[in-house]
Amino acid sequence: MKFAILTFPGSGSDIDMYHAVKEVLGAEAEYVQHIETDFAGYDAILIPSGASYGDYLRPGALAQSSPAIEGLKAFAATGKPVLGVGNGFHILAETGLLPGAFLRNKGMKFRAGSAKLTVHNTDSKFTADYENGQEVTIPFAHEYGNYYIDEATVAELKANNRIVFTYADENVDGSTEAIAGVLNEQGNVLGMMPLPERAVEEIIGGTDGLPLFNSILKRWSENNVSQA
Amino acid sequence: MTKVNVYVTLRESVVDPQGIATKEALQTLGFNEVENVRIGKVIELELNGSASDIDAHVKEMCDKLLINKVIEDYRYEIGEVAGK
Repeated sequence: MKFAILTFPGSGSDIDMYHAVKEVLGAEAEYVQHIETDFAGYDAILIPSGASYGDYLRPGALAQSSPAIEGLKAFAATGKPVLGVGNGFHILAETGLLPGAFLRNKGMKFRAGSAKLTVHNTDSKFTADYENGQEVTIPFAHEYGNYYIDEATVAELKANNRIVFTYADENVDGSTEAIAGVLNEQGNVLGMMPLPERAVEEIIGGTDGLPLFNSILKRWSENNVSQA
Repeated sequence: MTKVNVYVTLRESVVDPQGIATKEALQTLGFNEVENVRIGKVIELELNGSASDIDAHVKEMCDKLLINKVIEDYRYEIGEVAGK
Protein backbone atom coordinates (compact mmCIF):
# COMPACT_ATOMS: atom_id res chain seq x y z
CA MET A 1 0.00 0.00 0.00
CA LYS A 2 1.32 3.41 -0.97
CA PHE A 3 0.61 6.56 1.03
CA ALA A 4 1.01 10.06 -0.37
CA ILE A 5 1.96 12.67 2.22
CA LEU A 6 0.65 15.85 0.69
CA THR A 7 2.71 18.85 1.73
CA PHE A 8 2.07 22.56 1.31
CA PRO A 9 4.45 25.45 1.99
CA GLY A 10 4.43 25.56 5.78
CA SER A 11 3.38 21.97 6.44
CA GLY A 12 4.97 20.88 9.70
CA SER A 13 4.46 17.31 10.82
CA ASP A 14 5.05 15.74 7.41
CA ILE A 15 8.20 13.97 8.63
CA ASP A 16 6.32 12.54 11.63
CA MET A 17 3.62 11.32 9.27
CA TYR A 18 6.17 9.76 6.92
CA HIS A 19 7.90 8.05 9.84
CA ALA A 20 4.60 6.67 11.14
CA VAL A 21 3.52 5.01 7.90
CA LYS A 22 6.93 4.13 6.46
CA GLU A 23 8.98 3.05 9.47
CA VAL A 24 6.35 2.04 12.02
CA LEU A 25 3.53 0.73 9.82
CA GLY A 26 5.92 -0.62 7.19
CA ALA A 27 3.95 0.68 4.21
CA GLU A 28 5.21 2.63 1.22
CA ALA A 29 5.18 6.39 1.60
CA GLU A 30 6.12 9.34 -0.57
CA TYR A 31 6.07 13.08 -0.05
CA VAL A 32 3.94 14.75 -2.67
CA GLN A 33 4.14 18.49 -3.13
CA HIS A 34 1.19 20.83 -3.46
CA ILE A 35 2.05 21.45 -7.13
CA GLU A 36 1.24 17.85 -8.12
CA THR A 37 -2.17 17.22 -9.62
CA ASP A 38 -2.44 13.48 -10.16
CA PHE A 39 -2.73 11.05 -7.26
CA ALA A 40 -3.78 7.98 -9.23
CA GLY A 41 -0.65 6.08 -8.17
CA TYR A 42 -1.48 6.26 -4.47
CA ASP A 43 -3.84 4.32 -2.23
CA ALA A 44 -4.28 6.96 0.47
CA ILE A 45 -3.54 10.65 0.98
CA LEU A 46 -2.36 12.00 4.32
CA ILE A 47 -2.41 15.75 4.89
CA PRO A 48 -0.12 16.65 7.77
CA SER A 49 -0.37 19.44 10.29
CA GLY A 50 1.64 22.65 10.46
CA ALA A 51 0.74 26.10 9.20
CA SER A 52 0.23 25.95 5.44
CA TYR A 53 0.72 29.36 3.81
CA GLY A 54 1.54 30.79 7.22
CA ASP A 55 -2.08 30.39 8.37
CA TYR A 56 -2.70 33.63 6.43
CA LEU A 57 -6.31 34.75 5.85
CA ARG A 58 -7.64 31.71 7.76
CA PRO A 59 -5.82 28.47 8.61
CA GLY A 60 -6.02 26.20 5.56
CA ALA A 61 -7.70 28.83 3.38
CA LEU A 62 -4.93 29.67 0.93
CA ALA A 63 -4.19 26.00 0.27
CA GLN A 64 -7.39 26.03 -1.78
CA SER A 65 -5.47 27.77 -4.56
CA SER A 66 -2.88 24.96 -4.80
CA PRO A 67 -2.87 22.86 -7.96
CA ALA A 68 -3.11 19.72 -5.79
CA ILE A 69 -6.60 20.52 -4.55
CA GLU A 70 -8.42 19.48 -7.73
CA GLY A 71 -6.46 16.21 -7.70
CA LEU A 72 -7.26 15.74 -4.04
CA LYS A 73 -10.97 16.20 -4.71
CA ALA A 74 -10.86 13.74 -7.59
CA PHE A 75 -9.00 11.24 -5.42
CA ALA A 76 -11.53 11.62 -2.57
CA ALA A 77 -14.37 11.07 -5.03
CA THR A 78 -12.98 7.61 -5.85
CA GLY A 79 -13.60 6.52 -2.26
CA LYS A 80 -9.94 6.03 -1.35
CA PRO A 81 -8.97 7.18 2.14
CA VAL A 82 -7.93 10.76 2.86
CA LEU A 83 -6.80 11.74 6.36
CA GLY A 84 -6.13 15.33 7.39
CA VAL A 85 -4.79 16.08 10.86
CA GLY A 86 -4.44 19.47 12.51
CA ASN A 87 -3.87 21.97 9.71
CA GLY A 88 -4.70 19.13 7.31
CA PHE A 89 -8.19 19.13 8.84
CA HIS A 90 -8.36 22.90 8.31
CA ILE A 91 -7.56 22.38 4.63
CA LEU A 92 -10.21 19.65 4.23
CA ALA A 93 -12.82 21.93 5.81
CA GLU A 94 -11.80 24.96 3.74
CA THR A 95 -11.96 22.98 0.50
CA GLY A 96 -15.43 21.73 1.40
CA LEU A 97 -14.44 18.06 1.57
CA LEU A 98 -15.55 18.17 5.21
CA PRO A 99 -18.23 20.35 6.82
CA GLY A 100 -17.60 23.10 9.34
CA ALA A 101 -14.99 25.77 9.99
CA PHE A 102 -12.42 26.68 12.61
CA LEU A 103 -12.26 29.44 15.16
CA ARG A 104 -9.48 30.30 17.55
CA ASN A 105 -9.39 28.09 20.66
CA LYS A 106 -11.98 29.11 23.21
CA GLY A 107 -9.26 30.32 25.61
CA MET A 108 -7.62 32.33 22.75
CA LYS A 109 -4.33 30.53 23.33
CA PHE A 110 -2.21 28.03 21.51
CA ARG A 111 -2.42 24.81 23.48
CA ALA A 112 -0.45 21.59 23.31
CA GLY A 113 -0.61 18.42 25.34
CA SER A 114 -2.25 15.02 25.41
CA ALA A 115 -5.97 14.87 24.74
CA LYS A 116 -8.19 12.06 25.92
CA LEU A 117 -10.51 11.08 23.11
CA THR A 118 -13.51 8.76 22.92
CA VAL A 119 -13.82 6.63 19.79
CA HIS A 120 -17.43 6.50 18.54
CA ASN A 121 -17.57 4.82 15.18
CA THR A 122 -15.49 1.69 14.65
CA ASP A 123 -16.98 0.79 11.27
CA SER A 124 -14.96 3.39 9.38
CA LYS A 125 -11.84 2.81 7.29
CA PHE A 126 -9.90 4.67 9.94
CA THR A 127 -11.14 3.18 13.18
CA ALA A 128 -11.82 -0.54 12.69
CA ASP A 129 -8.88 -1.38 14.97
CA TYR A 130 -10.35 0.55 17.90
CA GLU A 131 -13.21 -0.54 20.14
CA ASN A 132 -16.42 1.38 20.36
CA GLY A 133 -16.32 3.75 23.32
CA GLN A 134 -12.60 3.21 23.76
CA GLU A 135 -10.71 6.05 25.39
CA VAL A 136 -7.41 6.89 23.74
CA THR A 137 -4.71 9.46 24.41
CA ILE A 138 -3.48 11.43 21.40
CA PRO A 139 -1.23 14.51 21.40
CA PHE A 140 -2.56 17.82 20.13
CA ALA A 141 -0.94 21.19 19.41
CA HIS A 142 -3.09 23.94 17.96
CA GLU A 143 -4.39 27.48 18.26
CA TYR A 144 -7.23 27.21 15.77
CA GLY A 145 -8.88 23.97 16.84
CA ASN A 146 -12.29 25.30 17.85
CA TYR A 147 -14.40 23.37 15.35
CA TYR A 148 -17.63 25.16 14.54
CA ILE A 149 -20.70 23.66 12.89
CA ASP A 150 -24.34 24.68 13.16
CA GLU A 151 -26.99 22.61 14.93
CA ALA A 152 -28.48 21.19 11.74
CA THR A 153 -25.07 19.85 10.69
CA VAL A 154 -24.48 18.38 14.14
CA ALA A 155 -27.76 16.48 13.85
CA GLU A 156 -26.82 15.24 10.39
CA LEU A 157 -23.38 14.10 11.55
CA LYS A 158 -24.85 12.29 14.54
CA ALA A 159 -27.57 10.60 12.49
CA ASN A 160 -24.97 9.21 10.11
CA ASN A 161 -22.40 8.26 12.74
CA ARG A 162 -19.89 10.69 11.26
CA ILE A 163 -18.49 11.98 14.54
CA VAL A 164 -15.60 9.58 15.04
CA PHE A 165 -13.69 11.18 17.93
CA THR A 166 -14.77 13.51 20.71
CA TYR A 167 -12.71 14.99 23.54
CA ALA A 168 -13.37 12.74 26.52
CA ASP A 169 -12.72 14.81 29.63
CA GLU A 170 -11.69 18.33 28.64
CA ASN A 171 -12.86 20.00 25.44
CA VAL A 172 -9.40 21.49 24.90
CA ASP A 173 -10.36 24.01 22.21
CA GLY A 174 -14.07 24.62 22.72
CA SER A 175 -15.21 22.65 19.66
CA THR A 176 -18.93 22.22 19.01
CA GLU A 177 -20.12 19.07 20.83
CA ALA A 178 -16.46 18.45 21.81
CA ILE A 179 -15.88 17.08 18.30
CA ALA A 180 -12.26 16.08 17.64
CA GLY A 181 -12.70 14.15 14.38
CA VAL A 182 -15.35 13.87 11.64
CA LEU A 183 -15.96 11.86 8.49
CA ASN A 184 -17.36 13.01 5.16
CA GLU A 185 -20.65 11.58 3.93
CA GLN A 186 -18.98 8.74 2.01
CA GLY A 187 -16.87 7.83 5.04
CA ASN A 188 -13.53 7.96 3.22
CA VAL A 189 -12.33 11.39 4.35
CA LEU A 190 -11.44 11.92 8.02
CA GLY A 191 -10.35 15.19 9.60
CA MET A 192 -9.14 15.40 13.17
CA MET A 193 -7.32 18.04 15.22
CA PRO A 194 -5.30 15.64 17.45
CA LEU A 195 -2.18 14.16 15.88
CA PRO A 196 -2.22 10.33 15.74
CA GLU A 197 1.19 10.21 13.98
CA ARG A 198 2.72 11.45 17.22
CA ALA A 199 1.43 8.41 19.13
CA VAL A 200 2.78 5.40 17.27
CA GLU A 201 5.67 4.22 19.47
CA GLU A 202 6.09 3.75 23.22
CA ILE A 203 9.32 5.73 23.13
CA ILE A 204 7.41 8.87 22.11
CA GLY A 205 4.82 8.44 24.81
CA GLY A 206 2.19 6.04 23.54
CA THR A 207 0.79 4.01 20.68
CA ASP A 208 -2.88 5.02 20.69
CA GLY A 209 -2.56 6.55 17.24
CA LEU A 210 -1.23 3.39 15.63
CA PRO A 211 -4.59 1.56 15.31
CA LEU A 212 -5.76 4.39 13.05
CA PHE A 213 -3.00 3.74 10.52
CA ASN A 214 -3.39 -0.01 10.96
CA SER A 215 -7.09 0.30 10.21
CA ILE A 216 -6.37 2.05 6.90
CA LEU A 217 -3.78 -0.58 5.95
CA LYS A 218 -5.98 -3.54 6.93
CA ARG A 219 -9.00 -2.26 5.02
CA TRP A 220 -6.83 -1.74 1.96
CA SER A 221 -5.30 -5.23 2.29
CA GLU A 222 -8.72 -6.88 2.60
CA ASN A 223 -9.96 -5.15 -0.53
CA ASN A 224 -6.88 -5.99 -2.52
CA VAL A 225 -6.80 -9.64 -1.45
CA SER A 226 -10.41 -10.05 -2.50
CA GLN A 227 -9.60 -8.54 -5.89
CA ALA A 228 -6.68 -10.90 -6.50
CA MET B 1 -7.87 51.84 -10.45
CA THR B 2 -10.80 50.79 -8.29
CA LYS B 3 -10.44 50.18 -4.61
CA VAL B 4 -12.71 47.73 -2.82
CA ASN B 5 -12.79 47.39 0.94
CA VAL B 6 -14.21 44.10 2.17
CA TYR B 7 -15.27 44.12 5.83
CA VAL B 8 -15.31 40.69 7.45
CA THR B 9 -16.92 39.86 10.78
CA LEU B 10 -17.88 36.67 12.53
CA ARG B 11 -21.53 35.77 12.01
CA GLU B 12 -23.94 36.86 14.75
CA SER B 13 -24.46 33.23 15.74
CA VAL B 14 -20.73 32.68 16.31
CA VAL B 15 -19.23 33.57 19.68
CA ASP B 16 -16.38 36.08 19.30
CA PRO B 17 -14.10 35.49 22.31
CA GLN B 18 -11.71 38.22 21.17
CA GLY B 19 -14.58 40.69 21.10
CA ILE B 20 -15.82 39.61 24.52
CA ALA B 21 -12.35 39.97 26.07
CA THR B 22 -11.93 43.40 24.47
CA LYS B 23 -15.37 44.53 25.70
CA GLU B 24 -14.43 43.52 29.23
CA ALA B 25 -11.10 45.35 28.93
CA LEU B 26 -12.86 48.53 27.77
CA GLN B 27 -15.31 48.27 30.67
CA THR B 28 -12.40 47.78 33.08
CA LEU B 29 -10.95 51.04 31.72
CA GLY B 30 -14.20 52.77 32.64
CA PHE B 31 -15.98 52.79 29.28
CA ASN B 32 -19.19 51.47 30.78
CA GLU B 33 -21.26 52.46 27.75
CA VAL B 34 -19.73 49.58 25.77
CA GLU B 35 -22.39 46.91 25.38
CA ASN B 36 -20.80 44.73 22.74
CA VAL B 37 -17.58 44.42 20.72
CA ARG B 38 -17.17 42.37 17.54
CA ILE B 39 -13.73 42.14 15.98
CA GLY B 40 -13.28 41.53 12.29
CA LYS B 41 -10.87 42.38 9.53
CA VAL B 42 -10.67 44.60 6.47
CA ILE B 43 -9.39 43.31 3.17
CA GLU B 44 -8.36 46.07 0.74
CA LEU B 45 -8.45 45.12 -2.92
CA GLU B 46 -7.06 47.29 -5.69
CA LEU B 47 -8.45 46.30 -9.07
CA ASN B 48 -7.40 47.31 -12.54
CA GLY B 49 -10.16 48.10 -15.00
CA SER B 50 -10.29 44.69 -16.68
CA ALA B 51 -13.30 43.31 -14.82
CA SER B 52 -16.58 44.41 -16.38
CA ASP B 53 -18.78 43.50 -13.45
CA ILE B 54 -16.94 44.42 -10.27
CA ASP B 55 -19.81 43.44 -7.98
CA ALA B 56 -20.03 39.96 -9.40
CA HIS B 57 -16.28 39.49 -9.24
CA VAL B 58 -15.94 40.73 -5.67
CA LYS B 59 -18.76 38.45 -4.56
CA GLU B 60 -17.11 35.53 -6.29
CA MET B 61 -13.76 36.31 -4.65
CA CYS B 62 -15.49 36.38 -1.27
CA ASP B 63 -17.35 33.13 -1.89
CA LYS B 64 -14.35 31.27 -3.25
CA LEU B 65 -11.63 32.39 -0.90
CA LEU B 66 -11.88 35.54 1.15
CA ILE B 67 -14.80 34.53 3.36
CA ASN B 68 -15.70 31.31 5.09
CA LYS B 69 -19.48 31.46 5.08
CA VAL B 70 -19.78 28.91 7.87
CA ILE B 71 -18.47 31.44 10.38
CA GLU B 72 -18.15 34.82 8.65
CA ASP B 73 -20.28 37.60 7.17
CA TYR B 74 -19.08 40.42 4.94
CA ARG B 75 -19.99 43.65 3.27
CA TYR B 76 -17.94 45.72 0.86
CA GLU B 77 -17.55 49.25 -0.46
CA ILE B 78 -16.32 50.23 -3.91
CA GLY B 79 -14.39 53.46 -4.47
CA GLU B 80 -11.74 55.01 -6.69
CA VAL B 81 -8.09 55.10 -5.72
CA ALA B 82 -7.07 58.76 -5.37
CA GLY B 83 -4.93 59.97 -8.28
CA LYS B 84 -5.65 56.72 -10.16
